[in-house]
Amino acid sequence: MADPMKIRAQLKGDVTEVRILMGHAMETGQRKDAAGKTIPPHFIQSMTVDVGGKKVIDGQIGTSVSRNPVFGFKMKGAKVGDKVVVSWIDNKGDKRTDEVAVA
Amino acid sequence: MNTTRRTVLKSATASGVLAGLIAAGALRPTQVLAADWNKAAFEAHDTAGALKGIGAGTPAESKDLILKVPDIAENGAVVPVDVVSNIPNTSSISILVDKNPSPLCAHFDFANGALADVSARLKMGQTSLVKAVAKADGKFYTAQKEVKVTVGGCGG
Repeated sequence: MADPMKIRAQLKGDVTEVRILMGHAMETGQRKDAAGKTIPPHFIQSMTVDVGGKKVIDGQIGTSVSRNPVFGFKMKGAKVGDKVVVSWIDNKGDKRTDEVAVA
Repeated sequence: MNTTRRTVLKSATASGVLAGLIAAGALRPTQVLAADWNKAAFEAHDTAGALKGIGAGTPAESKDLILKVPDIAENGAVVPVDVVSNIPNTSSISILVDKNPSPLCAHFDFANGALADVSARLKMGQTSLVKAVAKADGKFYTAQKEVKVTVGGCGG
């Protein structure tokens, strides 16, 4: 099971900064293990960020994103206390959703 | 996730039908189901294929698209990238690494107040150009910079 994400959403002036750390191996399918067998690909494919019940970011991700991906986004129009919901789903169907409030 | 569509796509790819359909322009995954994963673009093995997959073709160079990358990355497994678009009405940003086995790294669509400002960390197999592609008012713009990689992050 996937580890919880670390999410931070901070309002600075009128811009809200959202930083997300996802715990994921992001296997490319190109690496080989000690026995020389190819490690099958296992990576996050899609992610979304919803703020205050509205979809703000709709992202698609490939294998060239680093292990334990970190993303940063900015938006206008959010208020302190708005709920930030981040979800991802990987190529094996594993998924994870976490939320924080805008601070 | 639309499982039926996924199954169809998988079987179509296996038989090579999908490639033909995309080449013919009959099937454009991004427009059929925006939220679904753009398999054709992400699995393209060259930049031209990836750009075609996201519908960008040959984007125009733009100074208003700002790509911040390190000049030299000591560790190709973690290369920080920032992309800011000052082009009005930017609706999406894609990030590509020219010489990676699959150049397209990530694609973000913006809505409901999102600013065209994203940061991410990428893997780079070798020294390569990093490209950002932004879509604004139906047109595509690009910016690129070279990042020197001393230790690759893709192989094993």
